Amino acid sequence: MDLSTTYMGLKLKNPLVPSASPLSKTLDGIKKLEDAGAAAVVLYSLFEEQIAFEQEELNYFLDRGTGSFAEALSYFPEVGEYNLGPEEYLNHIRRAKEATSIPIIASLNGVSAGGWIDYAKKMQEAGADALELNIYFLATDPNQEGRKVENQYRIILNAVKSNVTIPVAVKLHPFFSSLARMAKELDDDGADGLVLFNRFYQPDLDLENLEVVPGVVLSTSADLRLPLRWIAILYGKVKASLAGTTGVHTAMDALKMVAAGADVVQVCAALLKNGPNYLGTILKGMEKWLEEKEYDSLSTLKGSMSQKAVAEPAVFERANYMKALNDFRDYVL
Amino acid sequence: MSRKMVTIDGNEAAAYIAHKVNEVIAIYPITPSSNMGEWADAFSAEGRTNIWGTVPQVVEMQSEGGAAGAVHGALQTGALTTTFTASQGLLLMIPNMFKIAGELTSTVFHVSARTVATHALSIFGDHSDVMSVRSTGWALLASASVQEIMDMALIAQAATLEARVPILHFFDGFRSSHEVQKIEQLSDDDIRAMISDELVLAHRARALTPDRPKIRGTAQNPDVFFQARETVNPYYLAAPAIIQKTMDKFAAIVGRQYHLFDYIGAPDAERIIVLMGSGAEAAHETVEYLNAHGEKVGVVKVHLFRPFSVEHFIRALPKSVKSIAVLDRTKEPGAAGEPLYIDVVTALTETYNNGTLPFALPKVVGGRYGLSSKEFTPAMIKAVFDNLSQKTPKNHFTVGINDDVTHTSLAYDPNFSTEPDDVFRGIFYGLGSDGTVGANKNSIKIIGEETDNYAQGYFVYDSKKAGSVTVSHLRFGPRPIRSTYLIDRAQFIACHQQFFLEKFNLLEKAVEGATFLLNTQAGPDKAWDSLPRVYQEEILKKKIKFYVIDAYDVAKKTGMGVRINTIMQTCFFAISGVLPKEQAIEFIKNTIKKTYGAKGDRIVQQNYMAVDQTLEHLYEVKIPGKVTSTIELRPPVPENAPEFVKNVVAKIIVNKGDEVPVSAFSCDGTFDTATTQYEKRNIALEIPEWDPETCIQCGKCVMVCPHAAIRQKAYEPALLKDAPPTFKSIKARGGDFPEGWIYTLQVAPEDCTGCALCVEVCPAKNKKEVGKKAINMVPQPPIREQERINYQFFLDRIPDLDRRLVKVNTVKGSQFLRPLFEYSGACAGCGETPYVKLVTQLFGDRLIIANATGCSSIYGGNLPTFPYAKNDDGRGPAWSNSLFEDNAEFGFGFRLTFDKFNEFAKELLVKLAPQIGETLVDELLKADQSTEEGIYAQRERVQVLRQKLATINSPEARHLNSVADYLVRKSVWIFGGDGWAYDIGYGGLDHVLASGRNVNVLVLDTEVYSNTGGQMSKATPLGAVAKFAAAGKPMPKKDMGMIFMTYGNIYVARVAMGYNDLGVVRALLEADAYDGPSLVIAYSHCIAHGITMSKGMEEQKRAVESGHYPLFRYNPALAAKGENPLKLDSKAPSISYEEFAYNETRFKMLTKADPERAKMLLEAAQRSVSERWKWYEMWANVAVQGPAEQQ
Repeated sequence: MDLSTTYMGLKLKNPLVPSASPLSKTLDGIKKLEDAGAAAVVLYSLFEEQIAFEQEELNYFLDRGTGSFAEALSYFPEVGEYNLGPEEYLNHIRRAKEATSIPIIASLNGVSAGGWIDYAKKMQEAGADALELNIYFLATDPNQEGRKVENQYRIILNAVKSNVTIPVAVKLHPFFSSLARMAKELDDDGADGLVLFNRFYQPDLDLENLEVVPGVVLSTSADLRLPLRWIAILYGKVKASLAGTTGVHTAMDALKMVAAGADVVQVCAALLKNGPNYLGTILKGMEKWLEEKEYDSLSTLKGSMSQKAVAEPAVFERANYMKALNDFRDYVL
Repeated sequence: MSRKMVTIDGNEAAAYIAHKVNEVIAIYPITPSSNMGEWADAFSAEGRTNIWGTVPQVVEMQSEGGAAGAVHGALQTGALTTTFTASQGLLLMIPNMFKIAGELTSTVFHVSARTVATHALSIFGDHSDVMSVRSTGWALLASASVQEIMDMALIAQAATLEARVPILHFFDGFRSSHEVQKIEQLSDDDIRAMISDELVLAHRARALTPDRPKIRGTAQNPDVFFQARETVNPYYLAAPAIIQKTMDKFAAIVGRQYHLFDYIGAPDAERIIVLMGSGAEAAHETVEYLNAHGEKVGVVKVHLFRPFSVEHFIRALPKSVKSIAVLDRTKEPGAAGEPLYIDVVTALTETYNNGTLPFALPKVVGGRYGLSSKEFTPAMIKAVFDNLSQKTPKNHFTVGINDDVTHTSLAYDPNFSTEPDDVFRGIFYGLGSDGTVGANKNSIKIIGEETDNYAQGYFVYDSKKAGSVTVSHLRFGPRPIRSTYLIDRAQFIACHQQFFLEKFNLLEKAVEGATFLLNTQAGPDKAWDSLPRVYQEEILKKKIKFYVIDAYDVAKKTGMGVRINTIMQTCFFAISGVLPKEQAIEFIKNTIKKTYGAKGDRIVQQNYMAVDQTLEHLYEVKIPGKVTSTIELRPPVPENAPEFVKNVVAKIIVNKGDEVPVSAFSCDGTFDTATTQYEKRNIALEIPEWDPETCIQCGKCVMVCPHAAIRQKAYEPALLKDAPPTFKSIKARGGDFPEGWIYTLQVAPEDCTGCALCVEVCPAKNKKEVGKKAINMVPQPPIREQERINYQFFLDRIPDLDRRLVKVNTVKGSQFLRPLFEYSGACAGCGETPYVKLVTQLFGDRLIIANATGCSSIYGGNLPTFPYAKNDDGRGPAWSNSLFEDNAEFGFGFRLTFDKFNEFAKELLVKLAPQIGETLVDELLKADQSTEEGIYAQRERVQVLRQKLATINSPEARHLNSVADYLVRKSVWIFGGDGWAYDIGYGGLDHVLASGRNVNVLVLDTEVYSNTGGQMSKATPLGAVAKFAAAGKPMPKKDMGMIFMTYGNIYVARVAMGYNDLGVVRALLEADAYDGPSLVIAYSHCIAHGITMSKGMEEQKRAVESGHYPLFRYNPALAAKGENPLKLDSKAPSISYEEFAYNETRFKMLTKADPERAKMLLEAAQRSVSERWKWYEMWANVAVQGPAEQQ
């Protein structure tokens, strides 16, 4: 079965791409993903903010208490240079490129304009085949206008695009007033790919200890629906490649994404739960289903159930509420 | 040939040469020499080689005794070997030094000379340590300045190889070891030219090796020892000439000519001072000044003190000499004179007797100066010359103090000064935490390295670790700076903290037309009005230019936090005019890049931004024509303080301790305790505020407070009658108190350091707003006065609970006991002091403490004030520090006395029973003192006994009266850190614990030498970075708990307050109750761990949860009952080692410096703790046969 696909111009042997996660933190982890059949790997994200934080933190603790007390003018030895910049990440890209034969997509989360451009260039130089911009901005300030937030995404994309030559994808969250318009604008700005969606960890409340806790909950197949819908809607309306992510746990989930129009399907939670080899299980399942259903290739399936392709495009636009209401009416009448 | 100019301190200068010319370096940290070992270790860590192209091995030993042994061994097997030490450390090396010299071994030890502890310890400089090794047979070579240190270090090494007499190269601790100077750095070519490879090979050829076996270190008998001992004479006779020859060779290569005795002064001088060390530089400066002003005086700067070359000395003196004053920086009570004086007298007399003295026998007097880095100024030097002008000069005098007891001191005119106008002099007052010292060191480097000026920096620190004040003294000038004394007349004064203004008059030392820079929030318009009256007067009188900046505002805007160093440094350059402004800013930025580059670009950028923004926020203040302020300086101690505190302590607090006369002090180093209460430091920006409604009255905040600045009391409601209006109280919870009793949690607002440990451990949350707890940090200034009054009421009007009514074996109960350790100078958030305080709460009224040298002895016993306190009966801990290495034995001695006196008292009771009364005697002898009630009852009986004894007129009765108190149970505690317990004191600790005697040991385990700045100890965990383990310690922490459990009869507990606070209370109570030796090892978080100090208890918890620090109590008393003596107080590891370790900089920094090694060590550490836990579990689960079953 021909499972091949093209994502941002990259020819991939299949549509399964592990998304940014701790699995790609080690070289060994990346190799395991490749062995399990991954067509490409999105590396874990480089956070500019974290790099800045680590520099400030280290400087603070090494400096604190120095020059205060005659007997202890410092508390730590001088150890020369610290590896505090993006070097570790860039080396990781280099080593991953050397050790594997699949495309390596670097993921970046910047905070400053300079940081986005600088790190993106360095990632390209280190050998990344493509970039995924992990942009998110939680607009909690009541005075912040939505349009300005949206513009920020475009500014970043434009800045990065004009400084690198490798393909650039933007990972989006679904909380835009007009997601379709946002997608189109990014498409117009030259995004090579759109990754739907970024999934924020939502904090939880611990009533026992009266604390807000970072509730890390892995996605389930039920979470698939949101990206599924939007991929179906955007398919054919943007030039950019589409990547579906969130909630892909089974071969059926992955096939649905492709049917909706995804060029690649990103997998994370399922692999964290079941290990990297599970990717092979999904792949085999996809193959089996396509064979059973007598598809000639995966590309035949791609977009076959997108908004453009289905009989009643409005189903993707209505809220479930409408459907439920209709049912109710039917029942009453 | 032009050489590199460097701006470094004396320790670095010595270490630089020592590292170039040695193969093995064995050291042990001791102030002020520690940095030499650290430099050497850093050089080796970065792969720097010696002149033969190999990286010297630098090894940290367990004590200076150990270091000397290792050095001796390495020397005997042929390696070029050195060490660095001072004071007690040098004393511990003496036995090996005799042997090294006796075996004619070429080596140089570098010593930053420091006071040997006598009536008190002092970390500062004098020659008492060096003078203690005079009889070892070592040559003693003195350096007086940073340049000389580098030069003499090389001369010494070159000379010892030829002379075979080992050389102790010394320079004054702090004054020279820590003074930063611009000097010429000797090149590798210089060093190679000075060191003869042939002599190195000859040294190696003398090595012991099985390939050419010899025996050395034999035992000899009366028949031959003496003769064999005299064999070395030719070498000692030759040594001075060899050293002079080496100095001459050095002069030929480098250009600086030294002599064994360097004479400076008029060729026809009549009055001469002889001295050595840094004081010689001040004398040099003074002599030049006096001669320029028409006097005829001179100074002999002694370099080679031993072997004392009479011939060279006599030759150094001008023939015109009439009188000589020999100054010794040491004191030898009972001697006919101090050592240098005696040598000079002997030299002159012998030469005179030989008839070869080329001039008439001069008058010679001796004097002492500069003990413990006491200032030695041109004014004092002039007084010494003036004394020589007297018809009968005072002999055996002192100078620099006011000796109003034996009247030895010379009077001097403090207004005499030799400071030339073309030398810039600036004094900078800052806090340790604001980075003032670091910035000033950079300023000196800038001026030293970027201009032709010479530069000097000297830094004065206080003895507190929290809120410590630093004073930087900076001089820049066109000539080498010989002013080895503090600046007394400054053209520039900077105050980096506004609150200093209300404490000290910083403008006292300003000269006319000086510049005053103040960091203040007041702004240029209000700054004048914010000054205390005395400041306005000084500014007007001296026509001082006044500049202000709100440095904290700039720091905040540029992400610098509280580090205002770069900002204040920029201000200094902007207004002092020592460099053109633009150029200075460029240099500052270059320095920032050098200083912070390794820590990431962000830090560099933040500092750049701070520099750029500073100039916009710097203002000159317009000075009105008259004084407008009514603000007065705050008195250093309150009116109700005892006389001694008012007359002496207060002076020390305001930096006027130099004025205190001899008569003010006790003759034996004894002081009253409980004096920290009078030193209101007000260093907290924020303090906790109590919310009674939310509080659950658990006492945890009281327990963890490192400074006893938050306290709880329960009391009858009637006591509230006269309470101040804002005094808070609420109904006492729980059934421990009678119905209707009241509870108050009170903060000591002026003593709190603002560490917030209490808030972090508070388990109670406000139900309406969970972000708030039962105590919350609020700004101190607005509530300072109100809470001061409340705290006074709390202390004075609400009595402590009767100890007999308190449930001491609970956390809450124990915290109703009054702490008898309060407001120490420990770091804000200290992890040690909560344990110390708890011991004083549980046993304080019958407690004696032997305290090993270290953090706990500094915050426990460093002047000016003492934290150990007394209860209302006047009882409290008695405390002493003997040494670092002998503390277990010292405390053991306390026990022996107490046991003997107790036994003696009992014997006398029996003897006097007929007169005292059989019943009372019987009760006294059989008293059960296992509870507070029992102890109280016994004290009552002793009272009755005393009344009876007063009526009995016999020697026995008088003796019994003097030992009667020992019938009441005492608690002997031995405190020390891990450096003491795991390393230097381990042998003694082992012996004392093995003795079976009833002593209690508390090890404050910070897992590193905290007091000397973070050197590795055997308690340092695997993978942690420490000095001497820059690449992460590869060996696991010594499990001392397990080692001592193997004795079977020692009570051993390992505790961590942050994980199990009740376990700590229980362990201390059980240790005290156990009638035998006890060891409590307490995990103490520390600033040297690189953690957020307010989260210290949380870090302790992680340490335990990860299995790094398993908690247990091993009680031999349980074994006697047939139970397993080992009870685990912590659960099986529940988090990974990584989750604990990588929350702390000491571990995490390695992931940034060497990620691969960090990973390897982390894995090794995880394996190690997992395996160890299995052992503990296994041991704890072993069924123990009870006595019944055994039968």
